[in-house]
Amino acid sequence: MFALFLDALLLQAGYNAALVALGAALLGMAAGAGGTFLFLRKRALVSDAVAHATLPGVGIAFILMVALGGDGRNLPGLLLGSAVSAGLGLLAVQWIAGRTRLAEDVAIGAVLSVFFGFGIVLLTIIQTMTRGYQAGLESFLLGSTAGMLFQDAVVIAVGGALAAAFVVVFRRPMTLVAFDPEFSASSGIDVRRMDLAMMGLVMAVTVIGLKIVGLILIVAMLIIPPVTARFWTERSERVILIAGLVGGLSGYLGAALSASAPNLPTGPIIVLVGFAFFLVSLLLAPGRGVLAAVIRRRQFQLRVHRRQGLLALAHGEAIFDPLTLAVLRREGLIRQDGVATEKGRAHAAKTLRDERRWALARRLYQDEAVAGRYDGLTPIETVLTRDEIAELDRRLGPPAPAI
Amino acid sequence: MSNPALELASEAGEQLARPVPADSPLAIRGLTVSYGEKPAVFSVDATVPARSMTAIIGPNGAGKSTLLKAALGIVPRLSGRVLAFGVPLAQVMHRIAYVPQRASVDWDFPTRVIDVVLMGLYRELGLLGLVRRHHRERALACLERVGMAEFAGRQIGALSGGQQQRVFLARALAQDADLYLLDEPFAGVDAATERAIIDVLKALKAEKRAVVCVHHDLATVTDYFDHVLLINVRRIAEGPVASTFTAENLQKTYGGRLATAHIDQLKLPAA
Repeated sequence: MFALFLDALLLQAGYNAALVALGAALLGMAAGAGGTFLFLRKRALVSDAVAHATLPGVGIAFILMVALGGDGRNLPGLLLGSAVSAGLGLLAVQWIAGRTRLAEDVAIGAVLSVFFGFGIVLLTIIQTMTRGYQAGLESFLLGSTAGMLFQDAVVIAVGGALAAAFVVVFRRPMTLVAFDPEFSASSGIDVRRMDLAMMGLVMAVTVIGLKIVGLILIVAMLIIPPVTARFWTERSERVILIAGLVGGLSGYLGAALSASAPNLPTGPIIVLVGFAFFLVSLLLAPGRGVLAAVIRRRQFQLRVHRRQGLLALAHGEAIFDPLTLAVLRREGLIRQDGVATEKGRAHAAKTLRDERRWALARRLYQDEAVAGRYDGLTPIETVLTRDEIAELDRRLGPPAPAI
Repeated sequence: MSNPALELASEAGEQLARPVPADSPLAIRGLTVSYGEKPAVFSVDATVPARSMTAIIGPNGAGKSTLLKAALGIVPRLSGRVLAFGVPLAQVMHRIAYVPQRASVDWDFPTRVIDVVLMGLYRELGLLGLVRRHHRERALACLERVGMAEFAGRQIGALSGGQQQRVFLARALAQDADLYLLDEPFAGVDAATERAIIDVLKALKAEKRAVVCVHHDLATVTDYFDHVLLINVRRIAEGPVASTFTAENLQKTYGGRLATAHIDQLKLPAA
């Protein structure tokens, strides 16, 4: 199986597998980058409604194409139908949330289930209509790559490239609208139109993703990559880049994995690979990761001991806690016998001074952000501006002489 | 005058009578905004004088913020005209900088202080323009003006409320506008920040720009501002602080909500 996986990775596992891997990678990139704006705008769940709303469009397009004497399974035709009904679903969500007193989550729930239910009814009718002939439309639910044609791959590739270009061109206004819609409006951005464009992008990704991952799981490809990327950076343009990368890798690796063994469904495997990236990020990311938090906690503990020790030195009190003594010794703030060094005395004086500044700052600033940053450990210069500190010092008077 | 239709008619007549001075940076006539059928702002007129600092004062829910947003077209208006520098405001949006309430955004957004200030250059940068060194230097200069240059690389989630407000002000400075509209710039900020902000705003006025603030702190009105608009859904009074910011007008604006004792403590201009 590993040899097969390697073959699939190198696109040597056959024509179909190579097509699927490339298609999935492109789709993953477009979905990850496009989904970032959804995530930043906090409208992730709307994409779920949009995805489920594609189903009736697929059914109606099939019926229409058969009625007109064509091939009901023509992919561009089916995708066009799905796009139209997804658009209607999106408008329905926006209309309910905007024009009635119902909240958006209710609108999403209602649209999602009604459109999906209607789609299932159509699919059932189609199955009886074409007795003895497999329409294969149910593959749009969870995706199916078994019979992927070259032209299907081209549709996905073109759609993915268009979506990526769209992201490049509109990343700035879409980010601005996600951060601060009111300011965006005052900067000449049409917020409503930008939101519509963002949802259009999501719709396009959903529609081209129907073939590979299916409508039920496409939301995972839109949401998991940006959430994963958020762990690694504090800058929105990097979130977009990393999300595209994570999405593309998930698609590629997932497709290769599913090609390396029989009966591994492509779409769900892609989603699981994306989840693996998420899990690794959740645990290991610096800054926002769980492990980093544990380490920070330990360092925090050491800093607490350092501060207690320095304050004890400043007040001339004896120190008994072995951890405190170890921390101070390691930094050369006390000698082996526990007597403060010159460096130790200077640090102790500064700690005491900062303590007084903080006490005053907390009294002056009725501000949870400043009070929240107070831990007696963070250097005050990194929290307050110079003029803020100068103001504190002015009120405190000259510093006490060092001990 | 108990007939509401008559009252409306007289109101409308008043509006027609109020002329718009050509040099006014912001003139609002008959502005009405309503969420549902209850008006949040009803037929309000306002005329901001050139090179002035104007405070919009009124109780909670009086429509102060809504008035600003509707004037800018951020929330839809039911009726009314808004002129800026003598022409319809939409034509001169590039000469106007708006500072929203800082609570209106998510401060855990993945972005740095300098990136927020660079947002002020959006009109210049457009969709694909690259951020060049001179853009970055201008953004840094704006941060310097609010005393935040050292914080340029910080993630915005690590800022205090006062620092957030300073960053928002720096973004507006980057827009290099002629009219600054600020929504509660002093709400919940520390004393040092309040002083830093008012210094910047007074400097803007000295540069012959106009500043309009939604303001909640009655105690500082006479120190900070020279023109005042008192509203409570409707316009109550407007004019120079010296003649308009009076106990009588405040009583009319706040009704029973402002105790007379409280008014007595304010530094009101000598009548």
